[in-house]
Amino acid sequence: MQPDKIELVCPAGSLPALKTAIDNGADCVYMGFRDDTNARNFTGLNFSFDNAKEGVRYAHAKGRKVLLALNTYPQADGWQRWTSAIDNAAELGLDAVILADPGLMQYAAKTHPDLRLHLSVQGSATNHEAINFYHEMFGIQRAVVPRVLALAQVEQLMAGTQVEIELFGFGGLCVMVEGRCALSSYATGDSPNTRGVCSPPKAVRWQDTPKGLESRLNGILIDRYDAGENAGYPTLCKGRFDVEGETYYAIEEPTSLNTMELLPELIRMGIAAIKIEGRQRSPAYVEQVTKVWRQAIDNCLRDTGNFAVKPSWTAELGKVSEGQQHTLGAYYRPWK
Amino acid sequence: MKLALGPVLYYWDRDTMLWFYEEMADAPVDIIYLGETVCSRRHLLRLQDYLDIAERLAAAGKEVVISTQTLIESESDVKTLHRIADNENFKVEANDMGAVRLLANKVPFVAGAFLNVYNPQTLDLLAGLGATRWVMPVEMSREALVSINGNRQTSPKTEVFAYGRLPLAFSARCFTARHHNLQKDDCQFKCLDYEDGLALKTREGQPFLNLNGIQTQSALVHNLIGELDTLQDAGVDVVRVSPQGHHTGEILHLFRECMEQRLAPAQALAQIEGLMPAASCNGYWYGKPGLEFIRSNPLT
Repeated sequence: MQPDKIELVCPAGSLPALKTAIDNGADCVYMGFRDDTNARNFTGLNFSFDNAKEGVRYAHAKGRKVLLALNTYPQADGWQRWTSAIDNAAELGLDAVILADPGLMQYAAKTHPDLRLHLSVQGSATNHEAINFYHEMFGIQRAVVPRVLALAQVEQLMAGTQVEIELFGFGGLCVMVEGRCALSSYATGDSPNTRGVCSPPKAVRWQDTPKGLESRLNGILIDRYDAGENAGYPTLCKGRFDVEGETYYAIEEPTSLNTMELLPELIRMGIAAIKIEGRQRSPAYVEQVTKVWRQAIDNCLRDTGNFAVKPSWTAELGKVSEGQQHTLGAYYRPWK
Repeated sequence: MKLALGPVLYYWDRDTMLWFYEEMADAPVDIIYLGETVCSRRHLLRLQDYLDIAERLAAAGKEVVISTQTLIESESDVKTLHRIADNENFKVEANDMGAVRLLANKVPFVAGAFLNVYNPQTLDLLAGLGATRWVMPVEMSREALVSINGNRQTSPKTEVFAYGRLPLAFSARCFTARHHNLQKDDCQFKCLDYEDGLALKTREGQPFLNLNGIQTQSALVHNLIGELDTLQDAGVDVVRVSPQGHHTGEILHLFRECMEQRLAPAQALAQIEGLMPAASCNGYWYGKPGLEFIRSNPLT
């Protein structure tokens, strides 16, 4: 691939967010339907068929693409919900569907051979053998790689496959290999794989106590905040816990991924697309992040050698980041 | 039903491992899974050592399966995967789709729990590629399993993780090294100090998770010894016990006694509790949060 293009893929949790992303320079938006067929299955979020239709019309009129996340694992009793979603995607003329389940990929490849398939990050493919498996079996054309590989490992992986690679660039950070984490169902009964949710809002309780503000998930104490501390959403891997008498963020701090400083490297490597996380976030978040990343990518493509992250961009992104902190995550090896 | 012993998920020193499998050669277990499935930095036993142990166990009459690493990150991980797939003597448990690619249409394999088989369509697909047995995802309920087994077209055997701390998540980050303020690349092999993993509690002392290098486990021990009848009814062919630092042989013995109906489930449950590193949970089997425990055979 020529290093003259790298797609900016932005989250659309609603029609207003979709339009905002397009208006601010997203090359692609990704969305989900209003059920457990996608991994942001939250109340008030996502698209009906008619909303999706309007979204596709709006994006295509401006020459942009719309991708559909069907990235949960069809449960044994709901197979038709997932195949209907595939059929609807084909009817809507979506530019690709993002899938994790091999059975569903087989259905899509057989029933709608012209529908472009992307391998979801929930498919947990971290090596070229796995990616080539999905390519040979179902013809997937792009793979979204879990946020666990160092950049050098991504490059090695790319040497072994012709499939396009999409990486997460910004937003919430999964510390665990996506698709291989059942922490949420262990605590609450619902997980990304089974219900399209992690640390679901219905299980969250906030309690003001003499010891401080407590956040609980299905009764389990995830964190406790002193006066003056910023309280964050109790995603269970980002709480403070006790290990051998020491209380700390034992798994991960409440922090956001931001790979902007790696842009020249990502372009040189031939990464096909950069994904912004956050379908559960507001249109204001989408506007802010899309605008900044559009500028950064355009700057970097114009003059890769002299690219530097502008402090104003970092400041803008900082306003919408979880915990107001950024990390390069696993792309930077010492993070591990 | 058959009884299986899962791969050792912890990092034990070489002598402990060799002694452990010497003991397992005589244990009342039908199938033994071998291999490093968690972290490629753990090297006290190499693949060749596992193959040697496999020969010894096979000679003792065990069905031996070599398990592949779950998170394949580097080229050297991929090379090890090739060597396992190319071994001509032992069946392989594929824990990653990369492994499936190397085994498909060549040799029969076991589809591991981390391949995420949640529906009959995916199970049939893997069976078509050569899976002769599949391991249900740990978070799957009895009801979902019954639905899969009632709607599939193919006939691979069903295995269920029935005893042990649940392997819930994998990460690129090593949480044991993090606890010691070490980077993963310089972890000083701290996992060797924790034969059953490193306990993570909430700030009010509730045992919640168990850190095992890059793997996060449940603090509680998933325990289906009281559920063998419902496992059988759901079409389960193999129940898996996951090794722990002590008493694994006795736990296998209790499962065997219970499977052969020489021991009642309630008695088995009472006896096994004294051998466990933590309390029981079994919520997943009931479609509940995994950490819950539902007593189906109350002690009277």
